Amino acid sequence: MLFKRKSKLGKTNILMAFTFLVIPLILYTLFVIIPIVQAVRYSFYKWNGLGPMTNFVGLKNFIEVITHDVFHKALLNNFIIIALSLLLQLPTALLLALLVGRRLKGSVFFRSIFFLPYILSEVIAGVMWQFIYHPQFGIPNSFLAKIFPSLQTMALLGDPKTVLYAIFVVLWWKYFGLHMVLYIAGLQNIPDELEEAAYIDGANEFQLNWYVIIPLLKPTILISVFFSIIGSLQVFDLVWAMTKGDPVHSSETMVTYLYKFGFQRFNLGYGSAVAIVIFFICLIINYFYQKLLMREMK
Amino acid sequence: MVIRDKTSIAIKYVILIFFAIVTLIPIILTILGSLKTLGQLRMDLFGLPNPVMWQNYIDVLDPKRSKFFQNLLNSTIIMVFTVAIDLAVSCLAGYALSRLKFLGRELIYTYFLIGLFFPLAVAIFPLYIEIRNMKLLDNYFGIILPQAAFGMPWHIMLARGFFMQIPKELEEAAVIDGCGPWRFFFSIVIPMSPPVLTTIAVLTMVGSWNSFFLPLIILNSEKLYTLPMGVMSFQGQYYYNWQLVLAYLILAMIPAVIFYAFAQKYIISGLTGGAIKQ
Repeated sequence: MLFKRKSKLGKTNILMAFTFLVIPLILYTLFVIIPIVQAVRYSFYKWNGLGPMTNFVGLKNFIEVITHDVFHKALLNNFIIIALSLLLQLPTALLLALLVGRRLKGSVFFRSIFFLPYILSEVIAGVMWQFIYHPQFGIPNSFLAKIFPSLQTMALLGDPKTVLYAIFVVLWWKYFGLHMVLYIAGLQNIPDELEEAAYIDGANEFQLNWYVIIPLLKPTILISVFFSIIGSLQVFDLVWAMTKGDPVHSSETMVTYLYKFGFQRFNLGYGSAVAIVIFFICLIINYFYQKLLMREMK
Repeated sequence: MVIRDKTSIAIKYVILIFFAIVTLIPIILTILGSLKTLGQLRMDLFGLPNPVMWQNYIDVLDPKRSKFFQNLLNSTIIMVFTVAIDLAVSCLAGYALSRLKFLGRELIYTYFLIGLFFPLAVAIFPLYIEIRNMKLLDNYFGIILPQAAFGMPWHIMLARGFFMQIPKELEEAAVIDGCGPWRFFFSIVIPMSPPVLTTIAVLTMVGSWNSFFLPLIILNSEKLYTLPMGVMSFQGQYYYNWQLVLAYLILAMIPAVIFYAFAQKYIISGLTGGAIKQ
């Protein structure tokens, strides 16, 4: 079979393959591969982007990054976002998927609403929620203060203790719909007969979901966990639109750190070291995740 | 039994309506707020606008205040070119890597897959310098080309998966009928590919339209700002006029919401199909 095809189409294929691949390869090499390789090189230099890059500093950038308390704070914040996403966002998404995924009147309508925030840019969402959280114009003054007068001018985004959680609420709001549609797609692969069989065996709806549906959704859940972790590690736009990492770095994430300490101070070597550290953190998480996935899939 | 079912359905609707309200409330408050006077906005978050200030929108669209239409045009140009380039290169490469036989095919495919592991932020500083050296800073193509390139690994994977499913028999039949491989690609494969082409296009459109990090680094002059950057700069300028900021937000949201109304099916199937195949 293989040989037959080769003899028929073999000749022109090389020319055709070359024609089809040359532009994609150039574009990809130029804008993805070369910058990635260069990032490794940059990370060993102290360089402000002007003049030749000659000030080789070895591992100094890396040591500074991993000993910098602001970076620790950013890393911790990223992990808090991951944890909250897994504990709050995905269960919300799963609950709603189980509610609208099956035959329920109006499920398409609800699904459209829940997914709507995903389509808005993080910047628009961020500024919108800045208004919602605004101590004078927003919810604290007009709603919370009516119930708890002491919250009169609570600045949710101005208080180091609350800012990260306030931002997480926006992430939750914006992305649970995405995870919900993933789960709905997974639910559609589960045959209806199982549901009927469970009911005939006397299971109630909760038992059906808990013992039958959710275990069968595991592959989809694992994909959504992965998306959630990778997304949480890269949060930037939303934080930048809402707080720029303030107050006093309490809403800093790794990418806002990278932007501030690399780009705004034009310390490109240092910034690249931050980028490499972020990459390795993603890689390590990815590695453990894959291992876990392999074990679970068995 | 019947009664229990009715209560359980009622509980479901209560939960769904609760989450629907939570989802929509920020948007509704933004719409209401965008039509209020600043005075009313300060006193009355939940009330209906009185008087209804359409003037806010007129003020926002005033070219002296904002460059809304310029921002809209910039976002559109960047999106259209990103989609066109991304689609073309992903399809060509995806086809070559799935249906043409040549030495080193798997190696090249693996090379393209490396990109999956690297978010754009990792490469941002060398990318910045490279784009500066190409004199593409403050230029649409300084954003378009990297965006298209970083989309490629995902989209090549999608396109390749689709092209692999085209039955060999179809190709063999075409060859017997005297159709060469080039014609086979252009007159048979491409016309049967709208599903994968729409998926890739829709994903790229959403990504490009909402992208912020790259434009923030590449663009300098305000006349090239995209919509998300326009939102940020307008808010910076009119920080104390929330009614105007809210009107600007609503205007900036409209294109995406219209797109969502028409393409919802493709956006969702693109996202879920893409995810589940991976």
